[in-house]
Amino acid sequence: MKWEVRVAYRRGVQDPEGETTKSALEMLGYGCVEEVRSAKLFIIEGECTREEVEQMCRRLLANPVSQEYEIRRVE
Amino acid sequence: MSPRILVLRGPGTNCDAETVHALRELGAEPELVHVRRLVRTRALEAFEGLVIPGGFSYGDRIRSGAVLARMLSHALGRELQRFVDEGKPVLGICNGFQVLVETGVLPFGQVGEPALALMKNASARFEARWVHLLRCSDSELLGELPEVSEMPVANAEGRVVLPPGRAQEVLDELLQNSQVALRYCTPSGEPAEGRYPANPSGSFWDIAGLTTPNGRVLGMMPHPERAFSAYLHPCWTSGRGTEHGRVLLQGFVRCAGRA
Repeated sequence: MKWEVRVAYRRGVQDPEGETTKSALEMLGYGCVEEVRSAKLFIIEGECTREEVEQMCRRLLANPVSQEYEIRRVE
Repeated sequence: MSPRILVLRGPGTNCDAETVHALRELGAEPELVHVRRLVRTRALEAFEGLVIPGGFSYGDRIRSGAVLARMLSHALGRELQRFVDEGKPVLGICNGFQVLVETGVLPFGQVGEPALALMKNASARFEARWVHLLRCSDSELLGELPEVSEMPVANAEGRVVLPPGRAQEVLDELLQNSQVALRYCTPSGEPAEGRYPANPSGSFWDIAGLTTPNGRVLGMMPHPERAFSAYLHPCWTSGRGTEHGRVLLQGFVRCAGRA
């Protein structure tokens, strides 16, 4: 089994990496960019249930105050 | 009596030697202990104080302090909670502050889920600079620290974030308990009000250091061990060097001596 866990800043929390990336893309001429948000992707392989992956997010992978996560089973 | 102080070390800790040196100079008996040894021996209660020094524990993987914090709260949660409940002094410096936040010990003294976060600086950069700090609490751990002091910060993730939507409510609670110990300020002692570089990280309400409600656990982003001697100060050659880090650590050692 393969899971993807995407951890990103919650809306309302300033995302300096996203902001810097946006301004760099604008500098390169991409005026089309409206927003960039940064996120971290963890790819977890093993016989883990969705509940276990949920737990991993709550206990380690995301700080519940400032981050939110999304879990996707890819294989 | 010279208090025994545990200085916790893990892979990536890099301010441990100066911290041990400073504590020894102040008459304490610091002991540098690797987190794995502490997990094995469970000897925390033999100490009168705990310092988690600065550095990049576990390479700042996942989030700064997150992995070392789980080592503590998962394997030593009960011992740590007892240590905190007994009112023994705990100091987290820079990465140590991040660790204490990730264990849940700061700000409300409960090992468990974190109640706030230390996130990437608003400048999106590593900030290494001297800052001015406004003392906002009479916690014994701050010792004789004057109202305005100077110490250096050196971090990439020093921005205190309170829960979005509930930030004001949480701040009110922290203020009510005098838990905001240090704020970034101007040289004359006016709060930085988020302005860079006085507030180097964009930290909420200029928070530079927090304590638990009983004032016995202090977490701070600035490095007192790097402001320990006047000759570490950028203006020492012109005779304007201060030793505010020494003053603060003296308060901590005194507190541990009574624990």
